[in-house]
Amino acid sequence: MSTAAHYTSTGLDNRKLGFWTFIGSECLLFGSLISTYLVYQGRSVSGPTPHEVLDIPLTSVSTFVLLMSSLAMVLALAAVTRGDKVWSRVWLASTAGLGLVFLGFQAYEFTTFVHEGLKLQTNLFGSTFFVLTGTHGAHVAVGVLWLLTLLVRSFQGKLGPDKAMVVEVSGLYWHFVDVVWIVIFTVVYLLS
Amino acid sequence: MLLLAVTTVLLSACAGEFPQSSLHPTADFSRDIDVLYRTIFWWAVGVFVVVESALLFVILRYRERPDSPEPRHIHGSTVLEVAWTLAPAVVLVFIAVPTIRTIFKTEAPLPADALEVEVIGHQWWWEFRYPELGLTTANEMHVPQGRKIALTMTSDDVIHSFWAPKLGGKRDVIPGRTTRIAFAADSVGEVYGQCAEFCGDSHANMRFRVIVDDPSGFDTWVQNELSPPAAVDSLSAQAQAGAQLYMTKGCLACHAITGRSAGVLGPNLTHLATRGTIAAGILPNDADGLARWLRNPPLEKPGSLMPQIPLTEDEIASLVAYLQTLN
Amino acid sequence: MTSVAMDHAPASTASLGARVWSWVTTTDHKRIGVLYGVTAFVFFLLGGLEALLIRAQLSSSGNTLVSAETYNQLFTMHGTTMVFMAVMPLSAAFFNFVVPLQIGARDVAFPRLNAFSYWVFLLGSLFMNAGFLIGAAPNAGWFGYANLTSSQYSPGLHVDFWVLGLQILGIASIAAGVNFIVTIVNMRAPGLRFMRLPVFTWMTLVTQFLVVTAFPVITVGLIFLTFDRMFGTTFYSVAAGGDVLLWQHLFWLFGHPEVYILILPAMGIVSEVIPTFSRKPLFGYAIVVYSGLLIAILGWGVWAHHMFQVGLGPIADSVFAATTMMIAIPTGVKIFNWIATMWGGKIRFTTPMLFSVGFIAMFIIGGLSGVMHSSPPADLQQTDTYFVVAHFHYVLFGGAMFGIFSGIYYWWPKVTGRLLSEPIGKAHFWLTFIGSNLAFFPMHFIGLLGMPRRIYTYDEALGLDTMNLVATVGAFIMGLGAIVFVINVLWSRKRGAVAGANPWEAATLEWAISSPPPVYNFSVLPEVRSRLPLWTKDGMSEVPEVPPEPVHVPDGSFWPLIASLGIVAIAIGAIAKTLLVTLGGAAVLLVAIYAWSFEPFEV
Repeated sequence: MSTAAHYTSTGLDNRKLGFWTFIGSECLLFGSLISTYLVYQGRSVSGPTPHEVLDIPLTSVSTFVLLMSSLAMVLALAAVTRGDKVWSRVWLASTAGLGLVFLGFQAYEFTTFVHEGLKLQTNLFGSTFFVLTGTHGAHVAVGVLWLLTLLVRSFQGKLGPDKAMVVEVSGLYWHFVDVVWIVIFTVVYLLS
Repeated sequence: MLLLAVTTVLLSACAGEFPQSSLHPTADFSRDIDVLYRTIFWWAVGVFVVVESALLFVILRYRERPDSPEPRHIHGSTVLEVAWTLAPAVVLVFIAVPTIRTIFKTEAPLPADALEVEVIGHQWWWEFRYPELGLTTANEMHVPQGRKIALTMTSDDVIHSFWAPKLGGKRDVIPGRTTRIAFAADSVGEVYGQCAEFCGDSHANMRFRVIVDDPSGFDTWVQNELSPPAAVDSLSAQAQAGAQLYMTKGCLACHAITGRSAGVLGPNLTHLATRGTIAAGILPNDADGLARWLRNPPLEKPGSLMPQIPLTEDEIASLVAYLQTLN
Repeated sequence: MTSVAMDHAPASTASLGARVWSWVTTTDHKRIGVLYGVTAFVFFLLGGLEALLIRAQLSSSGNTLVSAETYNQLFTMHGTTMVFMAVMPLSAAFFNFVVPLQIGARDVAFPRLNAFSYWVFLLGSLFMNAGFLIGAAPNAGWFGYANLTSSQYSPGLHVDFWVLGLQILGIASIAAGVNFIVTIVNMRAPGLRFMRLPVFTWMTLVTQFLVVTAFPVITVGLIFLTFDRMFGTTFYSVAAGGDVLLWQHLFWLFGHPEVYILILPAMGIVSEVIPTFSRKPLFGYAIVVYSGLLIAILGWGVWAHHMFQVGLGPIADSVFAATTMMIAIPTGVKIFNWIATMWGGKIRFTTPMLFSVGFIAMFIIGGLSGVMHSSPPADLQQTDTYFVVAHFHYVLFGGAMFGIFSGIYYWWPKVTGRLLSEPIGKAHFWLTFIGSNLAFFPMHFIGLLGMPRRIYTYDEALGLDTMNLVATVGAFIMGLGAIVFVINVLWSRKRGAVAGANPWEAATLEWAISSPPPVYNFSVLPEVRSRLPLWTKDGMSEVPEVPPEPVHVPDGSFWPLIASLGIVAIAIGAIAKTLLVTLGGAAVLLVAIYAWSFEPFEV
C-alpha cells in the first residue's frame, strides 16, 4: 500500500477523503434501516413485542463494551503514530477483543430471542430488529477482521508510523460503527 | 414529414371516438381536472413557443458565415439571470395556485347523501359492492347520473389502480389500505376504464365499464340486481343441463349465484347476462364470447386464476345457455 | 512497479493473449472508460431491441406478436437496461475518460477500485440478463412495486434475478461514486480551483454525490425484498401488518435522485459542447453550476410526486407539487444560459453541436410535460399512462441520450485520435431526431386519450391504433439511426480524419494533450490559471510533448476482476439456492480483497 505523500488539492489523503465519503453513504444506509424500524414500530399483528424480549441492562453492558473499544482504538492509533510497537499491539488487540465481546453479546441476545419465540419471520418487529441490528453486527465483524489483520501486520513488523494513515482510516470506520450503535441503542432499546 | 405526422395525430385525436379519454370529461371530478389541465397546457404552449423560437432564432441568426466576426467573450449578465429566474417562477405561481385549489376541491369531504361503492381489485377483475343497497357485481359498475359517488377501494392481492378517465383521475387500489375518490357523472352513457397500475401478467386485461343511468334507470337496475335468478326448473332443457354442470364441474367453488352457490374467489354471476362484457371487459357477453372463455380462460387472459376445465363442446353450449338465463 | 514514459499498451504486434490480458488487468482510467463505453453501448442496443419488440407488439390493437409473459419481461428489462446498464455506464464512460483529463490528473484516485466498478457493472449486467437464458428474466417492472414482487405473486426466479442484479449494480455505482468524488475534490491540477472546473466535471461531482447518497436507500429496499423472498421476513407483507407503500417511498427516495443521476452528466456535456461550437464561453458559468447543485438538492425533496395516485392527502399533494414545480426554475435557467451562450456566437453545426441543440429542443418539451404532471390533479390523469412514457423519453432519450451522443461525437477524436464522419453523423442525427419525435410525440396523446403503460394489448375501441402505429414507425427510424451510428464507428476506425490534439479548438484541459492521450496523460502536471486555459493567453503552464523525467504509471491488477467474480458467485449461489457457491464466492471475494490490499501497487 502506498504511503508516499501525494500532492492533493485539499491536502487530505485520498484514502481518508474516500472513507469519509463512504461513511456518508453508510449514514443513509443505516438511516433507511432505522427509519423503517421506526415506521413499523407497534405495527406487528402478533407478538412478541419489544417489551417482552428486550433486555436493556444486558445491552447497556454491551454498549459500554463497544464504547470502550472506541477508546482503545484511539489509543491504538496514538501508539502506531509514535511507533510504539508493544502498545500498538495491546490496543489493537483490545479493540478487536472488545468488538468480539460485543458480537458475543449480540449472538447471545439473538439466541435468547429465538428461544423466546422471536425469529426473523415472526413479525414486523422481528424482521426490522434482526435486519437492523444484524447489519450493524456485520459491520462490527468486518471491523474486527480489519483490526485483526492490522494486528498481524504489526507482528510482521509492517505497521510502523508510516502506516498511521491505514490505522486512522480503520479507526474512522470503527468509530462510525460505534456511533451508529449508540443511535440504534437509543432508538430500539431506550425509546421503545 | 414530421409536421405531417403530427398533424395526422392531432387530427385523429380531435375527430375520433375515445371512450377512455381524459380530454372528454363527463363528471365533476374529471371536469375540474380538465379545466386545470387546459390552464397548464396553454401556459406550457406559451413557454414552448417562446423558448423554442428563441432557440430557433439563435441557431439561424448566429450560424457561422464566411463574414462572421469572432464572437465577443461575454461571461454573463446578472440582470438577465435574475430575469429568467423570476419569469418561470411567475409562470409557476399561475400554475400552482389553481393546482392547490383543485387539490382541495377534488379531495373535499363528501356530502352525506353520497352513494358509497366499495371497489375491490383482484388479479385481474373488479368487484363492486354497494353496501347501502346490499348488492355485489363485477366489472360493470352502474351509477346514477348526478349523484355523488364515493368509491372506497382496496385490493385483495396486489396494487391495482382504478381509472375511468372520463369520470376522473386514477387512484391506486392498495392491499391493506383503503383509498378514496368521488365523482358525480353528468351524462348518461357508458364509459371505459381499466387498471392503471402494473399488476402482473394480465394487467392489460383488467378492464371495466361504468354505466351511468338516469336515476329511474338506476333504480330499475338495482331492483333487478336484488331479484333472485329464475328457478332452474323453469329453464329450457339445455339450460337446466348447464345449471347441473355449474354444480358438478366446480364452478360453484369460486362463483356466487344467489340461491345456488356462494363462492367469493371469482366474479358474482347472479346477473351475468345483464352485463355487456365478460372476463373484465375483454370479451363480448354473447354466446360466442362465453364459449371462448369457457374453452380456455388462461388463453384469453394469461395467468387467469380460473383454470381450463375439461368440457365438451356440448357441455360448453349447455353452460352458455344457462349463463345467458342469468339476467 | 514500472516507470515508463511510453504508451503502456502493448504494441499491436503483441500476442492476442497479451493484449487481452492487458485489458483485463488494466487500471488506466482511459481504457476503463473505453470498456465502459463499449459495454454500455452493447446494452443500449439490447435495450433498444427490446424497445423495438415492444413497439412492434403495440403497432396495432390485439396484436399477438409476443405473449403477455414475454412482453412483461421485455418492458421490465428495457427500463432496467436503459437506466442501469446503458445511460448510467455511458455517462461513466465519460467520467472515466474525460474527468481526469479535464482536471489535469494522471488517473483517478483509486485506479483498482475503478477497474472493480467496471467489472462489477459488467458481471452484474450479464447476471441480470442471464434470466433470459432460462426464461426467467425480470418481469415486475423496473420499479418492482411490492407486493407484486413477493414470492406469492411473483414465483420463480424472475424477481430474484432483478433484485440481486440491481444490488450488484449498486455496488459498482457506489464504488465509482466514492472514487470520482475523491478524484475531483482532491486531484485537481494546481491552480484549478472549484470555480475553474469545466461544467462537465462539476456535473460529474454533483452526480456522484447523488449516487453515494441515493443508492444506499435502494440497497435497503432491495435487502428487505431479498429477505422477504428468501428468508420469509415480513417487510412488505400486508398480512403481517407491513405496508406496501414502504417500498414505494424507498424506491422513489432513490428513484428521483436517480433521474438527475441520468440527466446531469448530459447537461454537463452540453455545457461543454455549446461554448466550443459557439466560440464563446458558457454564459453564466457560476449560475449553471449552482443550478445543477440546486437541482440535485431539490431532487431529494420531490420523491412523492411519483406517488400522487396512492392518495397522500391534500397537504402532502400540495407540498410535493410545490417542490416539484420549483425544480423547473433551475432547469429553465440552464436552458436560458445555453441559448444565451449561442447568442452572438459563431455557431458551427458539427454533429456534436447538432445533438446538443437537439438536446435543448427536446428537453424543453420533456420539461414542460414534467411541469404538467407536477400538478397532482392533472397527474392523476397522466401518471401510469403513455403521457408519462412520452415525458420521460423526451427527458431521457431526447435529453440524456442526445447529450451522450453529443459527447460521443465530441470526445471521440480525443479517445481514438480520429474524427467520426460528419456526413454519416448528420444522417445519424436526423434519423434519431425525426424518429424519436415521431415515436414519442404521439405518446402524449395516446396517454391522454386513455392508454395505460405496461399493457401488452389494448382494445381497438380505444381508437388508438393509428397513433400507436406512427409511434412504432418512429421507433424503427430510431433503430435505423443506431445502425447508421455503428457504421460511422466502423468507418472512422480506419478512414476517419486524424484529429490532432484539439480538432474543435476547444478551451478545456483535455484538449491540451495529444489524441489519444499518452498513458500518463500529462507529461508534467499543468498549472492552471484560467477557467478556459486554451482560450486564454497564459491560461496554463506548458505541457511538453515528451516528459522531462520518467513518469510513473500504475501497474495492472487482476484482483478487481477476481473480487467482482466473487460477488457474482455469491448471487449465483443465492439464485441456485446453493449455499456452497455463495460461500465459495464470499471466500473468493475475501481472498481478492486481501491480495488487492497487499499487492505492491503504486498510484
